[in-house]
Amino acid sequence: MRTESPKSKIIVRNLNFYYGETIALKDISLEIPEYRVTAFIGPSGCGKSTLLRTFNKIYKIYPNQRATGEILLDGMDILQNVSDLNRLRARVGMVFQQPTPFPMSLYDNIAFGVRLYESLKKMEMDERVEWALRKAALWDEVKDILHRSGNSLSGGQQQRLCIARAIAVRPEVLLLDEPASALDPISTARIENLVTELKKDYTIVIVTHNMQQAARVSDFTAYMYLGELIEFAGTELIFTRPQKKETEDYITGKFG
Amino acid sequence: MVSLPTRRRLVNLASQIGSVLTVCFGLFWLGWILLTLVQYGIPGMNLSLFTQMTPPPGSAGGLLNAIAGSVFLVMLSTLIGTPIGILAGTYMAEYGETGWLSPATRFINDILLSAPSIVIGLFVYEVYVVPSRHFSGLAGSLALGLLVIPVVVRTTENMLKLVPNRFREAAAALGTPQWKIITKITLRASRAGIITGILLAVARISGETAPLLFTALNNQFWSNNINRPMANLPVTIFEYAMSPYRDWHNLAWAGALLITLGVLGLNIVARTFFRQGKPGN
Repeated sequence: MRTESPKSKIIVRNLNFYYGETIALKDISLEIPEYRVTAFIGPSGCGKSTLLRTFNKIYKIYPNQRATGEILLDGMDILQNVSDLNRLRARVGMVFQQPTPFPMSLYDNIAFGVRLYESLKKMEMDERVEWALRKAALWDEVKDILHRSGNSLSGGQQQRLCIARAIAVRPEVLLLDEPASALDPISTARIENLVTELKKDYTIVIVTHNMQQAARVSDFTAYMYLGELIEFAGTELIFTRPQKKETEDYITGKFG
Repeated sequence: MVSLPTRRRLVNLASQIGSVLTVCFGLFWLGWILLTLVQYGIPGMNLSLFTQMTPPPGSAGGLLNAIAGSVFLVMLSTLIGTPIGILAGTYMAEYGETGWLSPATRFINDILLSAPSIVIGLFVYEVYVVPSRHFSGLAGSLALGLLVIPVVVRTTENMLKLVPNRFREAAAALGTPQWKIITKITLRASRAGIITGILLAVARISGETAPLLFTALNNQFWSNNINRPMANLPVTIFEYAMSPYRDWHNLAWAGALLITLGVLGLNIVARTFFRQGKPGN
C-alpha cells in the first residue's frame, strides 16, 4: 500500500439522498482519494450502493430519486452541473453486480462505449478492444471468439467483459457495485486481483458486503450504517483499531 | 367419515379428470373444424388454384387474383400499422412511465384490440371510402392496418418491459443517450418477441373479412390498382360460399384451407423464431 497522502478525486459534502419522501443518505461527507481503492462496507440497506450511484448520477434514470448537497469531481460540482450527464458517465464508469453483456458480439460490446465518443478506424478500434480485454485479463480467453455473443461466456468471464467494456472508454474513476457477489470464488479472486492491478491507473470505489474482500483489496474503507457514514479510514486502521463502537461491532460480526 | 388425505387425493383426482375432460371438449371442436376443412378443402387443392383467376360460375378456375390481392393487402397493412405500433409501444415502455398518456393509450389500445373488425371497416368506409367515392385496396389496407396497430403496440410494450433494467443501466453508465439505449440495446434485445408480435398480427388480419366488405370489396379480375376494389381471399370465400354453385363452393373450401394453412405456417414460424431469441438469451 502506498503511504503518501493522495489527492482527493471525489469530495462529497453534506450529501442527502431521497427515494421519494424516504431519506436514504443522511448528511454524508467524505473524500475519495485518487489512484486508490476505496471500499464501502456495511449491512444490507445501509446506503452503500446508493452512495456509489450518486457518483455517476445513474439514479437520474429514476424520476423519484434525488440528491442534495455537493459532489465535487476534480473540484467541479456534478450535482449542480445538469448538462452533459453522458460526459460525466464517460469519466466515471460503473460495473454492476450482475454481469450484463449487451445482445451483440464480444467485440461490439467493448466497442459500444468507445463508439459513443470517438470515431476510430477499424485498426485503432481493434487495438482498443484488445487493450481493454488485456487490462481485464480476458484477452487470452476470448481473442479467437470475438464475434460470438456476449452470452456465450461464463459468469466470471461476463463480468470481466463488463469491466473491459467500462475501461475501454478510458474513464478516470471506476465504480464497482459488488462486482463479485454473483460469482464463484475462483472468479471472485480473479476480479480482486484485477482491482488491485487497475488501481495503478484508475480511482476505484468498490461496494462490497464481504468484509474480508474489503480488507483484501482496498486502501481505504468507509463503514456505513442506516444511511450514515459512521467511520472512514485507512483499511488496515479500520479493521485493526476502529474508532467507533458501531464499526467495531460490525467488523467483529456482532451483527451482519 | 373419509380421512383428510384420502379426501385430498379424491379432490385431486376429480380436478385432474375435470381438466382433461375440458381439454378434450375444446380439442374435439377444434379437431372437427379442422377435419371438415381438410375434408372439403383437399378435393379443391390443385395447382390451378395458384395459376388461374377466379372464374365465373360453371367454368374451372383458381384463386390467383384473390391470393395475390390478399398478399398485397396484408403486406401494405403491415407496412402501415407496424411502425406506428412499434413507436407507440416504445413510447409507452421507455418514456411514458410517469404521466397520463401511457395509461390512457394502453386503455384505448386494449379496447381497439378487441373492437369488432366490422366496426373498423365501417369507420374506414365513412372516413375514406365515401369521400373518395370508390372502394379501394388502399381503404382495405387502412382498415387492416388499424387492426394491426393494437396487436403490435401491445406486443412491443410487453416485450420491451421484459428487458431487465440492468441492461438500460449498464448502457446508461457508459454515457449512452436514451434514444441510443432504446434502439441499440432494448429494442435489439426484444427483437425476436417484437417480430413474433408482428407475425401474429399478420396471422390475424389474413383471415379478416368484415373490414374488407366495405373497403376493398372484391374483384373478379386481376387487381393491381390500390385505388380500385382489390381481390382478396376472405371476401371471395364469402361470396362463393353464399352462392348456389358447386364449383364455387369447392373453391371457397380450398381458399379456407389455404388461409388456415398459411396462418398455421406463420404461427409455427413465429414460435420457432421466438424460442430462439428470448430477451437476455
